[in-house]
Amino acid sequence: MSWLKGILWESRLSGVLLIALLLAFWQLSAMYLVHSPTWPTVTRIFEAWFENVADGTLMTHLIATLWRQMLGFGLAVVLGIALGLAMGYYKALYNLFEPLVETLRPIPGPAYLPLLVLFVGIGSEMKVVLILVASLFPILLNTYSGVRSIDRVQFDTARTLGLTTMQTFRELVLPAASPQILTGMRISLAISLILAILGEMIVSNDGLGYFVLLSQRTFKVPEMYAGIFTLALFGYVLNRVFVRIEAKLVRWHHESSGVI
Amino acid sequence: MTDYLLVDRLEKRFSSHGRAAFKDVSFSIGQGEFVALIGPSGCGKSTLLHIMAGLSQPTAGTVRLAGEPIEKPRPEMMFVFQQYTKSIFPWKTVLDNVLLGVKYRSKAARDVLEKICRDHLELVGLGRYGDYFPYQLSGGMQQRVAIARALARRPQILLMDEPFSALDAMMRVELQDLLLKLWSELKLTVLFVTHDLDEALYLAQRVIMLSASPASVAEDVRVPLPYPRRQIETRSDPVYLQLRERLYRSMVTQVMASRTDVPETAA
Repeated sequence: MSWLKGILWESRLSGVLLIALLLAFWQLSAMYLVHSPTWPTVTRIFEAWFENVADGTLMTHLIATLWRQMLGFGLAVVLGIALGLAMGYYKALYNLFEPLVETLRPIPGPAYLPLLVLFVGIGSEMKVVLILVASLFPILLNTYSGVRSIDRVQFDTARTLGLTTMQTFRELVLPAASPQILTGMRISLAISLILAILGEMIVSNDGLGYFVLLSQRTFKVPEMYAGIFTLALFGYVLNRVFVRIEAKLVRWHHESSGVI
Repeated sequence: MTDYLLVDRLEKRFSSHGRAAFKDVSFSIGQGEFVALIGPSGCGKSTLLHIMAGLSQPTAGTVRLAGEPIEKPRPEMMFVFQQYTKSIFPWKTVLDNVLLGVKYRSKAARDVLEKICRDHLELVGLGRYGDYFPYQLSGGMQQRVAIARALARRPQILLMDEPFSALDAMMRVELQDLLLKLWSELKLTVLFVTHDLDEALYLAQRVIMLSASPASVAEDVRVPLPYPRRQIETRSDPVYLQLRERLYRSMVTQVMASRTDVPETAA
């Protein structure tokens, strides 16, 4: 039986089994213990999920969410990295902007929503701007602190090799700060999904957030759960893809700092 | 040609506490000479080397290369840092690290530059390691990469800041001999900063010793030992031992003198 023990505890099989067990418990409790429309069986939820996948409903909403999330996140990445590199490199810019950043940063993303509705309206642009504002700060902060922690010896090296400022950015500053930049991006990726769903729940006519809320309001409880499951799956895949890319880009960092 | 690289009444004060690291430091180095600069820790020898490289500004005095004042890093001088794990960029392969030194300087085609870099890696014994990443190499090999990168730029002068002090004894011996070989083959001028008296005497034609802080030149002696030098024979040569004793005495005197001074407020 030791081989079984090995497979169970040394791999992630145990974790997968736990999920299966919880689902089974859910299924049985919904069948025999709790008879309530708010607690449908797992099979009923999957049925709803397949129906909505088959007729394209979930796909349409998923694409709507993905599109605005990626647009907001992408803009935050471009802006955050550009501004962060400049702030990290030029002391004067850091002194100028850092207090402002520190003042704005503690404002929770959702707090911008009422304000944005006033200025940007209730369309897709509002959600994109909301996502942008909320995911900007982790990227910005990580970028400039990454640049500021670059060792003096590395800048001296660049100078003795006669690199210009632009060459120094490309050959030293950006790659040296990339592990921290990617950490910021990973945090922002999660934030961008949260804000996308929130925006869709407040005011929208598509997207997964809209789908989940609408299902709940129209008493389509299995569909509501199906939407939430879709979000779990979507978030999981998104994170996996990102971790893959990150591992590839900063392999040198993990290898040279001994962290795998 | 004795005034090829000239240090003239150089002084560095640190603005934070106004104390001078060194003052009135003057010496000159001839073309092709191998000079070691030693001194007790904290005497500012590393700072002095940074100023000579144009990486830092003195508070008084000048450094001249062939008569021209040095204010910023010059292409004919290359610097080899003590911290090779930093000065070799860990995100670049060995070859790309060496290439970084030449690719913006030369308009030659990429493959021509790569050939130059591979030749220089060969020169330091790393011919097979071009595609490796620094973290896959030992410390000694990483410092070789730094030397290859410096040499690929065909400098006339190497300024070396305790380049071997972070290496283990075996590596250090190997790199000392490699450096001497490169120096004589490439007709380089070398200024080598170290806190290790033995290393200074083994390598250099001349040893300049700085006194304790605020430092100035305490000793400037020739090392009349023939090249090629040999790790065992040279280090047991009577001339070597005599010179070693003399410089060691001087060093101890310096340190003692600085201790009996009026105690400074802790820096």
